[in-house]
Amino acid sequence: MNIDYSQELPVIEGRITLADIDRLIAKPLDEKPDRKFFIALSITLTLLLIGAISVTYLFFNGTGVWGLNQPVGWAFDITNFVFWVGIGHAGTLISAVLYLLRQKWRTGIARFAEAMTIFAVMCAGIFPIIHTGRPWLAGYLTPYPNQHGLWVNFTSPLVWDVFAVSTYFTVSLVFWYVGLIPDFGVLRDRTASKLKKVIYSVFSLGWRNSHRNWQHYEKAYMLLAGFATPLVLSVHTIVSFDFAVSIIPGWHTTIFPPYFVAGAIFSGFAMVVTVLIFVRKVFDLQEIITLNHLEKMNKIILVTGSMVGYAYGMEFFIAWYSGNPFEQFVFINRAFGPYAWAYWIMVSCNVIIPQLFWFKKIRRTIPAMLVIVIFVNVGMWFERFVITVTSLHRDFLPSSWGYFIPTIVDIGTLIGSFGLFFTLVLLFTKTLPVVAMSEIKAVAEGAQPSHHGGDH
Amino acid sequence: MSTNKLFGITALFNTPDELVHAAAKVNELGYKNYDVHTPYPLHGMDSVMKLKPSKLGYITLSFGLSGAAFALLFMYWAMSLDYPMIIGGKPFFALPAFVPITFEVTVLFATLATVIGMLAFYFKFPSNSHPLHDTPYMKAVSGDKYGVCIEADDKIFDSEKVKALFNELHAKEISEVFYPAIEVANIFEPKFITLLVLIGLLTSGATYVTLNKLIYMTPFDWMMNQNKVNAQSKSLFYADGFGMRKPVDGTVARNFIPYEYKGLAAPVVPLSNPLTPTNEVLNLGKKRFLTFCSPCHGNFGDGDSRLRGQFPNPPSLHSEKVRGWLDGNIYHVIVNGQNVMPSYSSQLSRDERWAVIHYIRALQKAKNASPLEILEAKKETSSNVAP
Repeated sequence: MNIDYSQELPVIEGRITLADIDRLIAKPLDEKPDRKFFIALSITLTLLLIGAISVTYLFFNGTGVWGLNQPVGWAFDITNFVFWVGIGHAGTLISAVLYLLRQKWRTGIARFAEAMTIFAVMCAGIFPIIHTGRPWLAGYLTPYPNQHGLWVNFTSPLVWDVFAVSTYFTVSLVFWYVGLIPDFGVLRDRTASKLKKVIYSVFSLGWRNSHRNWQHYEKAYMLLAGFATPLVLSVHTIVSFDFAVSIIPGWHTTIFPPYFVAGAIFSGFAMVVTVLIFVRKVFDLQEIITLNHLEKMNKIILVTGSMVGYAYGMEFFIAWYSGNPFEQFVFINRAFGPYAWAYWIMVSCNVIIPQLFWFKKIRRTIPAMLVIVIFVNVGMWFERFVITVTSLHRDFLPSSWGYFIPTIVDIGTLIGSFGLFFTLVLLFTKTLPVVAMSEIKAVAEGAQPSHHGGDH
Repeated sequence: MSTNKLFGITALFNTPDELVHAAAKVNELGYKNYDVHTPYPLHGMDSVMKLKPSKLGYITLSFGLSGAAFALLFMYWAMSLDYPMIIGGKPFFALPAFVPITFEVTVLFATLATVIGMLAFYFKFPSNSHPLHDTPYMKAVSGDKYGVCIEADDKIFDSEKVKALFNELHAKEISEVFYPAIEVANIFEPKFITLLVLIGLLTSGATYVTLNKLIYMTPFDWMMNQNKVNAQSKSLFYADGFGMRKPVDGTVARNFIPYEYKGLAAPVVPLSNPLTPTNEVLNLGKKRFLTFCSPCHGNFGDGDSRLRGQFPNPPSLHSEKVRGWLDGNIYHVIVNGQNVMPSYSSQLSRDERWAVIHYIRALQKAKNASPLEILEAKKETSSNVAP
């Protein structure tokens, strides 16, 4: 506990008072949404509507409306699922892992990143549910006593996935809510509106800022962070088991769990940076979400991007080193076959472009980093696409080789998931404090007692 | 709206250092029922207030371990005892494959228990009726002030002394907090009753629509309506408009090989019985005989129909003529029919007909055995009986 933070950069730039912090963070909640907000919301709602139409069309007609067919039986659905789960991982990493590592700078971005985790997991959860074309049958995945006397197959990676993703969502939501309780207390005591007061009072559960409560609260927060850390690693590990436990060349690889986790952090941080660039500008939070935050996240993007690049190389090395002709074929086919375009988009976006972050100037220039992180987002989507589709489209029997082309419904569903994500993000910025007020106040200058003088 | 009953006396301070000093003083004077309120947790306040370390971790530990044990035992029971099934060549108790779910359930149990335990057990939440709520004091400490509150039910509480103490500590603001008047809500208020009725109507209506209409509508009808012709539906393709088609001429059903003397009065060369009269064959023959033959021929083939004269009685199967027939002749009658007896070729498969014939032979033997044969049979059966 007695770590000297004096060498660190101040978390908050400038000297703003605690009251200013509250006012600044609560501002979007106190004011009526402006025109820009409604324009943004109408764009995201349009995207969401495209997704809703695509999904309804799917439910009426079955999965035949998608482009997938033998031999590519898994395509956009699993690609989008893995992509969105990965996006979610940055939130937990920021809120839990950096908390355990006592990185104080996380406080400015933790709340927002956690919210993005929850929204991303919601987007991800859509795809396994709709990919059967009969979403109400997803209930069969839960082990419940039924008239057939059957249980789900607990040894199947797909069932592990159900447990991992639902646990991850529940724990993230609880962790997020626990963080929000004191802020609901602040909002309850600030607001002049009667209705808002009722809502905030209900959600604050009667929080009183009592130190006798803070004591247990801090303990609980640490315990939750301690559980969320292995959980976040387990979730993408288990997602990678969906592939790695099978015997398809290109999937059956032991490097998958760490490779997927690194990729998840990589893509998640890229998404967090993308969104935060706009949020800090629109809501005047430059003093709380500083350029230092963005730079630190860019460093993590550089590190994890290089880890992902190492994994790409290692896959090729093992394909050669194993001496397995099928494995070798898959990887040569991946880089030089019909899907070479997707592979090289992936490599350039994920490995080559992020190398620009070695330059401090680029790490701290907003337009440059925005371009790079958008490339990373694109590249990480393509990574999942490459893993899924290129491994499947040419299997052991050349007679059954095929080429997957997405239909308009496939693309509409993907667009819809982005619509859902950004709609939720926009609604979040207007309904809840995007920065943890009580946490950021605790790291402000002069917020902690000096413990000088006196006999304690 | 507040009563005269005093809850406690509060004091506000501007800086955390002042509060730490005040809390130390309050604790030193021996007050037990006091609390400090800060907008965020103050480092070192635990030791100033001499609080014992939080025991929340024990809840986490015990529920985490219970979750692990529950998940593992449940999977063991489901996969090894309740419905054992070999999957992917793994043993029934496939421990490595149970690890992911065990881990997830452990985390889920531990997390939920920690949070629910903290909120319900330690904080006694939800409690929005606490006297401190909605006071200027609470509004200040949730913003940027630091407060201490000494409660009136403390043993050494004395209003004047506490105020003097706070003044001595240079508190910025001192105020008394009273218990709020208890609000009594009348549940028979028309508004509330209307709300209940509306909720009831809405729930029952939604349930009715879901169970009686929605689940029969596309796409919730499990693909009940598909673009294909069912057996009983009208076909626009065939000229006769029938969806159900007759098989092509000359189609042979499985196990129903056509009989070559069909329609003749007698077989040209009677077939011989391909089956051996084993127990199984005789039992099958008995079963089929009792189902298809006995209604007219009688349970033992005596020609004593159970139809009580509503149908002409068939001849006995024990006549010299039938006993003298070869198996192939009886087979011919079963397939072709005779007099009023129709063909039984669609009811009995080839093997079943031969089995029935074996059973008829057994009946004939039983009914018409010579005394010598009975004696022989008795000898054989009695040889198994104890001497």
